[in-house]
Parts: sequence; C-alpha cells; structure tokens
Amino acid sequence: MKQKYIARSSAIAARKLGDEMIVMSALNSTLFTLNEVASVIWQAADGKTPLAEIVAGTVCREFDVTPEVAYQDAETLVNDLAGHGILLVSEQPIPAPVPQESR
Amino acid sequence: MAQLIVPSIHTVPVEVGGMVVLLRTCDPDFVRMLEDRYTGFAGSPIPPAFEFDVELVTSIGFDPEADVEVRCEQRRWVFRRGDFYAEWDPRSRRGSIRQTANPYSVDAVLRIVHSIVLAGEGGFLLHSASAMRSGRASLFSGLSGAGKTTISRLAPPDVTLLTDEVSYVRRQEYGYRAFGTPFAGELARVGENICAPIAALYLLEKGPTNRIEAVSITEATQRIMRNILFFAEEPDLVRRIFDSACEFVARVPVYRLTFFPDERVWELIR
Repeated sequence: MKQKYIARSSAIAARKLGDEMIVMSALNSTLFTLNEVASVIWQAADGKTPLAEIVAGTVCREFDVTPEVAYQDAETLVNDLAGHGILLVSEQPIPAPVPQESR
Repeated sequence: MAQLIVPSIHTVPVEVGGMVVLLRTCDPDFVRMLEDRYTGFAGSPIPPAFEFDVELVTSIGFDPEADVEVRCEQRRWVFRRGDFYAEWDPRSRRGSIRQTANPYSVDAVLRIVHSIVLAGEGGFLLHSASAMRSGRASLFSGLSGAGKTTISRLAPPDVTLLTDEVSYVRRQEYGYRAFGTPFAGELARVGENICAPIAALYLLEKGPTNRIEAVSITEATQRIMRNILFFAEEPDLVRRIFDSACEFVARVPVYRLTFFPDERVWELIR
C-alpha cells in the first residue's frame, strides 16, 4: 500500500472551539466543521507523518475504533477535505510552504 | 483677461464608530444631501482619519447592475460598483470617489472603508440591529426577513436604537463595544451616534412564542461569519475576520432568540 501524506492548505484559517474545529477556506470563506476525530487528524496533518501512522498512533489510541475502520474513515475524510482545497494529499512527504513576504 | 474662477470646496465630516471620514465636494447641493443623510453623524470636530474627494458626474459609465468589487493593488484600494468608482490609499489617508449625485454611493464607500479598518483592529460590521438599554448594547442578527426591523420597531421607549441594519462592533480591552451607525434598513431611520459595551448577541428567528436558548459556539461562529459584512477577498483580511468572529464568540454570550412579533419580546431583553 502506498503511503499517504496530508498537510493543511496555507489558504485556510482554523480555530478549535470546544471539541470541534472550524476551518475556513480563505479563498472563498466557506466554513467546515470537523468533529473530534476529524480534528485530531487535521491537527496531525503536518505533511511528514503518513496517514496510516496518524490513524494507528493517534486516532486508534484516543478513540475506540479498529485500525481498518479508522483508516477507511480517515481516507474518506482527507479525500473530502482535499476536494474542498483545504487539505493537501500526496504520496510523498509535503514540504512546509515557504513563508510569503508580508505586504 | 479671463477671470480665474476657483470653485469653493465644501467638506462634510462623517463620524461612525468614533472614526471620522471627511468628504470634500464642490457641490453645495450635494453637501446638503450628505448632511441630511448623515444627521447626527455629520459635523464631528474629531480630526479625520481619512479624506475623500467626491467628484460628481452625470454617468459613471459602468453597468448599473454591477456588483461591488473591492481589491487591493499595491497597497492602494479600488472599490467599484455600478454607481461609483473609488480609490483609497490608507497610508496617505486620502481617497477619491467618482459617482453620480446620490447618497447611496458614499454610503457604500463608507461601509467598505470601515469594514477594512475594523478588520485590522479585531472588529467588524455585522448585518444586525443593535440597541442600548440600561447602558448596555444588545445585537440582533439575521439575514433579510429574520426580524431586525421588526424588533427595532417594537423597542420600548427606554431603548435607544443604534441601528436597524448594520451594527458597528469594535474590540476594546475588555470585551466589545457597539456603536450607532447611520446605515439604516427598512426602518429608514439612522441610529443614535452613541456606543455601549455589548451584553449579548441574539440570533433572530420568528416563531409562535418568545424564548431564548443557548447556541453552541460552533453555530454562533458560523452564524456570525454569515452575517459579517466584508467586501474584500484578500486572504489575510478574511483570516482576520474569521479570528475576530471566533474571539467575539469566546467573549460575548450568543443566544437564539425566537420571537413572536409583539412588544412582549422586549421583556426577555434586559
């Protein structure tokens, strides 16, 4: 199985509110609400840790779920978020974005 | 010898949210129109934060139905809509507006300028009515038809209306303050030019009975984001607006107010 790496888009703003995470696309101001499990995956999306490792090391440890089910759900989630342009998904590690010169 | 005729320049300082924008024009009739439109907000002695030269033309030459467009080009803002074209350089504190002789174009430019300034300070313009009672302000938010005008119209005599359409929210050291605005809705009445600390924000819904319920902070944030007036699309500013909405929800109680449209609803708002 090929590894999947995930990283948060730089064109977003996010804030944890209680158990949920609200993510806003700064490109079109669309809001997304992530539940507790999705928030954990979102926060672990550093571009360096494979998704499988995030699921096994974080999701399965914090929530009562089998690795197989957790990985399937995680894949669905990341593909959905990637479709909205707020998460990057790659088979290679994703380098951190170069900071842009502030205006 | 030809006489050199220099048209006299008239100025109208318009104060909203404690910030003055000075409007300059050569047309005395337009001055009267502005003074009438901004009754209670015009003529402030506070030094202006920004100055705009208003050039009146018979036609702006754009599609009159064109939506507002706001963009920043090399630190200079350009605003345009079917009825005006404006440029603004916040660093020089100067700007210009080309428009026909109507009060609505200036109104739109003022809203845009204030929304950008507020975004940099942690505040925002909110599509909501606001009113002051016992020294504290309540905000009533909702899209068209939610009941902003209705609840404003039902306000008892001890309530001072700050606006029935666009609330001016400014961050303070401890909490937030609402300022009256001249941006009127269906009530067609400008608010009072005063301010008060914000006690609560109510998300309006019409219903058969009056009741107040708590809402989750997630819902509150989503509803506020939906009702913030913001015209620019610069990602940095959009992020600031999002942060401001989250901060506001963390500091100000937000409730859902379901109300039957009669004066008894004000018994719930103290």
